[in-house]
Amino acid sequence: MAGFSMRPCGDFRTTYRQDTRIFDTVFVRNAALLGIVATALIPFVLDGYYVNLFIQISYFAIAALGLNILVGFTGQISLGHAAFFGFGAFASAWINNTTGIPVLLSIPLAGLMTAAVGLLFGVPAARIKGLYLAIATLAAQFILEDFFSRANWFTGGSSGAAANPVNVFGYEIYDDFSFFYVCLFFLVVMYVLGANLMRSRDGRAFVAVRDHYLSAEIMGINLTKYRLMSFAISSFYAGIGGALYGHYLGFVSAEGFTILLSIQFLGMIIIGGLGSVKGTLMGTVFMVLLPEVMEAGVSVMSVFDWARTTAVTDGLAYIKEMAIGLAIILFLIFEPDGLAHRWQQIRAYWKLYPFSY
Amino acid sequence: MLCNTLTLFREFGTQILINGVGRISAIAGAKQKDTDTGNAESGSLGEPPRLRTGEASKAAQVREDIDAMTSHDPILQISDVSLVFGGVRALTEVNFAVHPGELFSIIGPNGAGKTSMLNCISGRYHPTSGSVHFKGQDVTGLKPNDRAELGIGRTFQNLALFGHMSVLDNIMVGRHHLLKNNFLTGALYWFSGAQKEELEHRRFCEDVIDFLEISHIRKATAGTLSYGLRKRVELARAVALRPDLILLDEPMAGMNLEEKEDMARFIIDLNEEWGMTVVMIEHDMGVVMDISNRVMVLDFGRKIAEGTPDQVMANAHVRKAYLGEDSDGADDTDEKVA
Ligand SMILES: Nc1ncnc2c1ncn2[C@@H]1O[C@H](COP(=O)(O)OP(=O)(O)OP(=O)(O)O)[C@@H](O)[C@H]1O
Ligand SMILES: [Mg+2]
Repeated sequence: MAGFSMRPCGDFRTTYRQDTRIFDTVFVRNAALLGIVATALIPFVLDGYYVNLFIQISYFAIAALGLNILVGFTGQISLGHAAFFGFGAFASAWINNTTGIPVLLSIPLAGLMTAAVGLLFGVPAARIKGLYLAIATLAAQFILEDFFSRANWFTGGSSGAAANPVNVFGYEIYDDFSFFYVCLFFLVVMYVLGANLMRSRDGRAFVAVRDHYLSAEIMGINLTKYRLMSFAISSFYAGIGGALYGHYLGFVSAEGFTILLSIQFLGMIIIGGLGSVKGTLMGTVFMVLLPEVMEAGVSVMSVFDWARTTAVTDGLAYIKEMAIGLAIILFLIFEPDGLAHRWQQIRAYWKLYPFSY
Repeated sequence: MLCNTLTLFREFGTQILINGVGRISAIAGAKQKDTDTGNAESGSLGEPPRLRTGEASKAAQVREDIDAMTSHDPILQISDVSLVFGGVRALTEVNFAVHPGELFSIIGPNGAGKTSMLNCISGRYHPTSGSVHFKGQDVTGLKPNDRAELGIGRTFQNLALFGHMSVLDNIMVGRHHLLKNNFLTGALYWFSGAQKEELEHRRFCEDVIDFLEISHIRKATAGTLSYGLRKRVELARAVALRPDLILLDEPMAGMNLEEKEDMARFIIDLNEEWGMTVVMIEHDMGVVMDISNRVMVLDFGRKIAEGTPDQVMANAHVRKAYLGEDSDGADDTDEKVA
């Protein structure tokens, strides 16, 4: 969303097509493609620990993009995203278990089902704003959580639901190595679709509704329709992310989908940058890696005697718990536009280096 | 006060005369002469304004054109519109009609109900009683977003751009009701024809950008622009809608003289070359009197006068209410006008 994008001089656009690209320059696009290829090599190069981290990043990043479309792009707050994430997980397992539809198909179907549920909760929510909307989405969170614990037929109740592994042409994918590619596929597809949406008519309408709903209306945008649509799309993304999560773990239980996870989703998009597609990915990477980096830090410190005393280890454990909250607060204070904005500035700095102004 | 506005008005008239903006130069010149001679009753109904020789025939021709135009069915018909907020009567039984191709101005003191009138036309407010007809269709109860499709566009008195979007995207939002792609085809961009459609409309937006001379800022974030430029981008966004009727709420407020001249030129072009009917609220009497075909005056929510700029300037009610002048010599003319 940043205003002037930095471009090397001499890079003039001669067609409108060049001007509407997702990536600023051919260089950036190639860098992104290279990034995808490099990511695809991770399982060959790095060990299972990193593969597991990447899989976590993928399903969270997909769901977080949905939340960013709702909160960052359309300006509608939601405190219930985790519940939709959970609904997607249950829905995909349920569809696959009851109908035998292959998992690769039940994942998008679960997305659609979650979108329908999002629409249901969106109907009252599309007419309210601010604090009232926050409360209404909070209600959605608790209603769905309650539904998870009661609807035995759908969720298996307190014992949870088994989710089958992905099955490609008769081969069951049990290992992280193969599931990694399933996640990579969904991640790339969902992000490309999202980026396209945001540069076409309805994506602009979302931002218009967020920035100035009165003039959006004058421009012919039906506010209720677009707020509802945003809810549905947001839930669709949450459902896809949740479904991947469920089939990865092989087992879905309601405990994971609490308000805490909803807040973590909000943290991802705040840290990454509200209203930024690539920022969402950055924020998710940050949120998933933060505890890991803290963990690594703690184990490095434990070579010192003083760091092994109970006072210090307990303290560090607390700090680890608080780190996410602290990160959100620090970002809100010092970098409210998120990592995407910081990244833009770093790029600008190096483009102009050594003439920094 | 009157003296001031007249001076401004004369300056502006001369400026446009020098710039040579077609029919307006002739009319402005003609009007300037009237005021020069301090002729107060020159504008009573039916009586053609006195003209300098040379300009006379041209201006008369233009007058005829306008008269021919106004004999069509009105594009906008306001009938007995009243608007009440709690105890405040913002509008009381206002009637007027705007004809295709007209440049119609609404003037009046602060709080007179001008913006409320515009809001009733654009659908932001719904009149407490009375009706609004657009192109012969009753639109009184229609939602604002449905009116864009019918061909009503507007700008706001207080800036109302999409602050975080680029200028270009702001203007592209104006194409919303003309674009066919939706969230599905949009997401499938290359495969659904959305790209082709977006680029076609982008071309039109570039024409609007060129016309309003804002190509240097097309990539800038709208919220970072200066006041004058933002007003211009807002106009561009409304123009991109390709409306038949464009409503402008104080398009020149807070601008310096040069910016005002540019804006006046754009409005005249929109009216004459783009063929848009314009309803404009403006406090700058000089501009209003120079470029309007007809002017309506509101005061405390009531219409107190309507007519050509000359007629309105000559109206005693208007002088009293709007210009704050106790004029005794003009009492005999107000009956004819109001
Ligand atoms: N939404 C509203 N609620 C209550 N009163 C309103 C509302 N909108 C307008 N009014 C009142 O209606 C009257 C007319 O206001 P309006 O904004 O139409 O005046 P205006 O002629 O545009 O004035 P200005 O020249 O200052 O823009 C004012 O007394 C105003 O307080
Ligand atoms: Mg006003």
